[in-house]
Amino acid sequence: MWVPTLSEADSRVLVAAAGVPVSSFVTVTSADEPIDIEFPVVAKLCGEAIAHKSERGLVRLGINSTDDLKAAITELLAAATPEDGDVSVLVSTMIEGRRELIAGVTTDPQFGPTVMLGFGGILAEAVADVTFRLAPISAVDAGEMIDELASQKLLGEFRGEPAVNRDELITLMVGLSELAAGRDDIEAIDLNPLIIADGHPIAVDALVELTEATHV
Amino acid sequence: MSKQTGSKQTGSDLRPLFEPNGVIVAGASTHPGKFGFVSLHNILRCGFEGPVFALAREESEILGVQVLDSPEKIPHGAAELLFICTPSAVNEQLLRDCAARGVKAAFCAAGGYSEAGPEGIEAEQRLVAVADELGMVLAGPNGQGITSPPANLCAQITAPYPPAGSIAIASQSGNFVSSFNNYAINAGIGVSRSVSAGNAASTGVIDYLEWFSEDPATAVSLIYVEGIEDGRAFYERVKPLALKKPIVVLKGGATSGGQAAAASHTGALASNDAIFSGMARQAGIVRAATVEEAFEAAATFATQPLPKGRNVAVLTTAGGWGVVTADALTTATNLDLAPLPDDLMAALDEKLPPRWSKGNPIDLAGGETRDTIPEVMELVARHESIDAIVYLGVGIQSNQASLMKSGEFYPDHGLERIVSYHERQDARFATAAAELSASTGKPILTATELAVAQPTNPGVQATRDSGRVCYPTSNRAVTALDHLAWYASFVERHGKDA
Repeated sequence: MWVPTLSEADSRVLVAAAGVPVSSFVTVTSADEPIDIEFPVVAKLCGEAIAHKSERGLVRLGINSTDDLKAAITELLAAATPEDGDVSVLVSTMIEGRRELIAGVTTDPQFGPTVMLGFGGILAEAVADVTFRLAPISAVDAGEMIDELASQKLLGEFRGEPAVNRDELITLMVGLSELAAGRDDIEAIDLNPLIIADGHPIAVDALVELTEATHV
Repeated sequence: MSKQTGSKQTGSDLRPLFEPNGVIVAGASTHPGKFGFVSLHNILRCGFEGPVFALAREESEILGVQVLDSPEKIPHGAAELLFICTPSAVNEQLLRDCAARGVKAAFCAAGGYSEAGPEGIEAEQRLVAVADELGMVLAGPNGQGITSPPANLCAQITAPYPPAGSIAIASQSGNFVSSFNNYAINAGIGVSRSVSAGNAASTGVIDYLEWFSEDPATAVSLIYVEGIEDGRAFYERVKPLALKKPIVVLKGGATSGGQAAAASHTGALASNDAIFSGMARQAGIVRAATVEEAFEAAATFATQPLPKGRNVAVLTTAGGWGVVTADALTTATNLDLAPLPDDLMAALDEKLPPRWSKGNPIDLAGGETRDTIPEVMELVARHESIDAIVYLGVGIQSNQASLMKSGEFYPDHGLERIVSYHERQDARFATAAAELSASTGKPILTATELAVAQPTNPGVQATRDSGRVCYPTSNRAVTALDHLAWYASFVERHGKDA
């Protein structure tokens, strides 16, 4: 099923404006454009119709040099198909962290816009340690969502990394919920994953899905 | 049953439904198997004190009540409640005729409405329109009825009529009203109101909750829901109510799958049940997983003070019970097995033999004198570091007494005297638990399997006579207490929002 989505770049701009920390990034449309970014980086093909990049092999991780980056950009642009429409390559700082959360928005037919927080990564859907609230939420609600996750030990100090910064996570969740509640053209948002880097939650991917009615 | 929980009007005055001055049964029948007989029987049998009228096509006498053939023969203002057992075709006119006699509320037990296809849906819409025009409260249709024990009212087509108390029940399924009422009878914990919402054409679960929240007879609401048509409106209306009085929900249809086809990961994780759970926690509604858990949570809210913190002491007369209860407390989300401070340990040392457990669970190790249990319970309950107590072992002395009493050696060999002593002691321990709870404002929950194995046991009886639940297992006591602790902490965090 085709769903109207914003490109990753536009999705990142939208959620960042709502208070979600996202990894720094630039977009380019050719390998010749000058890029001022700290290595290592990640390069991904970026466009409105490209939702599931990993499945299509459109993500290059751990790029450490300008030459490798130019090569990756060239390959990714060459991999685009006509159905992908206008595309660019999104180059972002590679964020390192052992823990991954998932946060998002989904619109329920009965309850309207809802926000979710849970443990992310490749096991997210299998483990399903997630919790929901109706948007908008208060800071108290956001704190309760964090406390409600079953895997509390993963939120504390973990393998040499500090505990997850609770206040930053609360600010992120409240911002996300206000974004969802404040606009009626958002069907869903995925921040998957939110990498916990040195305790700080940072979105390294963002996908905003629009309601079909409002997408022209 | 239909899936509606909302209604178009808010703040209906449901007093005429639950505390009418008199009742009319329409469709009264001489056949003891018909709704029109059973409902009249139940109203009379359970001792409603106001006037009771019966309407039917032909005049007769049923159960000593003179049956009238026209609403015009009912004195104006003599009955505020109409209980409808007549077929849908005549009910719009019936509402008009009864409104003219001063009727303010109708419970429609009759079916043939939206549960019965397109023609029924139209009939239901017409019935609602007439009730709205007349300004009459309409409950049902296709519902089992109501009970209102403080008003001595049992206007329903099913039996269970609980003692008067402070639990208010509203359900999208009439059978669960009966189940909860039966649990109430069994536990000896009373009900203020119960209502089967039926098709909820005009009055839904949320309307009942709004009225219960203002009802002085009600301390806690207990609801069963399956579907909520306008979930957002339900949430907006229920949120302020839950901060006023606790609401316990049992939800059916909990295992419906997620939106597997959703494009987003968030959508794929968003089952209807996960969102309902989140909504309940956001609104401050206690969600129970099973029928007995829902009833016991409500019964505990109705009969115990809220704990002010997480620290629970376990008082037990034998080791294993305490260990299992400690496990349950350690797993409970909102409770902790309290550490015992030095001054409390020292005070307990003076009361107990050296072999006592020296920690929590406080295992008396069978070393008690006749006064040990109430004295130790008092020391623990009055200590500032303890927020709640789970007390295990009531009734074991009477359990032995009952074997003695029923055997050939009784009453000789000193058995009469010891039986009497055992029974007095157990009753005393149960009473002490209730009195200490009342005077300290801390929950003290008593659990023993004798609650089901030997309900006539004096320890069990005295616990129930004190107005408290005698929990059949300590795990169930801990689960109920965990719900109270969650609600108390929710109110503390969100109370300022109200």
